[in-house]
Amino acid sequence: MPDLPWRFILILSANGLLVGSMYALVALGFVLIYKATDAINFAQGEFVMFAGFLAAGASNLAGFPWWISALLALLGMVVFAFGLERVVLRPLLGRPVIAVVMATLGLGFVLRGTATLAFGGGTQTIPLPVGDEPFLLGPLILPPIELVGAAVSLGFLAAFGWFFLKSRIGVAMRAVASNQQVAMAMGINVRRYFALAWALAGVVSALGGVLWGAMLGVDNQLALVGLKVFPVMILGGLDSILGAVVGGLIVGVVESLSAGFLDPLVGGGTKDFIPYLLMIAVLMVRPEGIFGRRRIERV
Amino acid sequence: MLALNNIEVVYDHAILVLRGVSLQAKEGQITALLGANGAGKTTTLKAISGLLRSERGEVTKGSVELDGDRLDRLLPHEVVGRGVVQVFEGRRVFETLTVEENLTAGAHSRSDRRAVRDGIERIFSTFPVLEERRHLSAGYLSGGEQQMLVIGRALMSDPKVVLLDEPSLGLAPQIIEEIFDVIRRLKQEQHRTVLLVEQNASLALGIADHGYVMENGRIVLDGPAATLRENSDIKEFYLGLNEAGTRKSYRDVKHYRRRKRWLG
Repeated sequence: MPDLPWRFILILSANGLLVGSMYALVALGFVLIYKATDAINFAQGEFVMFAGFLAAGASNLAGFPWWISALLALLGMVVFAFGLERVVLRPLLGRPVIAVVMATLGLGFVLRGTATLAFGGGTQTIPLPVGDEPFLLGPLILPPIELVGAAVSLGFLAAFGWFFLKSRIGVAMRAVASNQQVAMAMGINVRRYFALAWALAGVVSALGGVLWGAMLGVDNQLALVGLKVFPVMILGGLDSILGAVVGGLIVGVVESLSAGFLDPLVGGGTKDFIPYLLMIAVLMVRPEGIFGRRRIERV
Repeated sequence: MLALNNIEVVYDHAILVLRGVSLQAKEGQITALLGANGAGKTTTLKAISGLLRSERGEVTKGSVELDGDRLDRLLPHEVVGRGVVQVFEGRRVFETLTVEENLTAGAHSRSDRRAVRDGIERIFSTFPVLEERRHLSAGYLSGGEQQMLVIGRALMSDPKVVLLDEPSLGLAPQIIEEIFDVIRRLKQEQHRTVLLVEQNASLALGIADHGYVMENGRIVLDGPAATLRENSDIKEFYLGLNEAGTRKSYRDVKHYRRRKRWLG
């Protein structure tokens, strides 16, 4: 058996974990909407792209400093998600799931089109004050933008996790997710919590858009980040927030390892589809994902 | 006093479910609403709590009033805000939340954190078994414990009126006794108004002050619980007793008499 290149594996895994935590952040937006409103938001990737365009536009066209641009993107996405829930999704309440799915799919294309119309087809940059010099930690070589992205993502996920589990609003959100009609009967204004879930998905998209946009550059391709969310979600379990984090990390590492080992063998491109192979395998073996909820059965 | 004045309920703009139901639940009393499956008891409760709309039903005629204020145009959370809370049949706990979180969710309409904490402790002193399970997911509780939890959860909003739907359904006799004892205490110690829907008529009339009987979306009979207990039709069809007071098998009731209709 040949010696495994341990140092190479370690470097790839570390990068995978960093990128994976940024996937987890985007996946959180998706899980939130699914848990709270039973809707599947197929435009999550476009949300991220749109936020990226907002931030890039604010800094490149209007010349704002990076932090004002980021704040504007955040504010813009919250308002956007909030309005979207009110105008498009609320009238669809109680309709078949497919109606909401189609609406969000259509919305995704509308967002791509309008973003290109408004900001042009070129790739724009978000000038975060992060250097290019890689950060060396023992044998590891870590790009600073990935470190910042992972730190912000994990920080937000931890803060949100605390809020969701411990605060009264978090308890009410989980009550709505558990059973909407009973939540209503307990005096919870369910519509307000739907709006809150969408607004939070807006916040997540804004953070994701700024971070991913700074890393990859902002153009239509940024929306593809949203597609990576599907293997993340299926791995972790559609309705589990912890699952989104673990799923994100796994997808990040798998993607990074396949880029390092398989791509040179076949000439590249495997990192883009290996996570989906993994997703299909998980669907066959354990459809509810690693942390997904099985119905509680009492014995 | 909670009053329903001649209400009519229609589902999907087409199906008439309640036809001119009037009833009153007097303050500080237990009012029983009896009837067979499909008579419209649960629909009556949902008409009061505002939950009809989430099932594409609506009150098309008449009014629901609490102390003179109309409830029938309010959203469910606004009805809870007015002090009327419904406990569903079938022990619908928030399965993935812990016992304590279920109670916290029940107090959503109250903003005073201290009152919420005290409320939880009060529920725990009423149902000590819930305190032992406070950090357990509610989905893992036994049936009786879940029934206690949903009643406790409803009380967390400190309601004036509690609408209880089939609290005895599917529970062991000993547990039922315990639950009904709590219902009696809701009235005697906490002076709450209770509207109790039950299929088990003898149990319900045992603790109620007043009773109504529903069939096919109408009230067909009403009176003080003591009077209803002595009513021969009630005895025969709901209590399973014949004139002599001995138990009677439902099989012996002639087929054409099984679904007797009162013309109300």
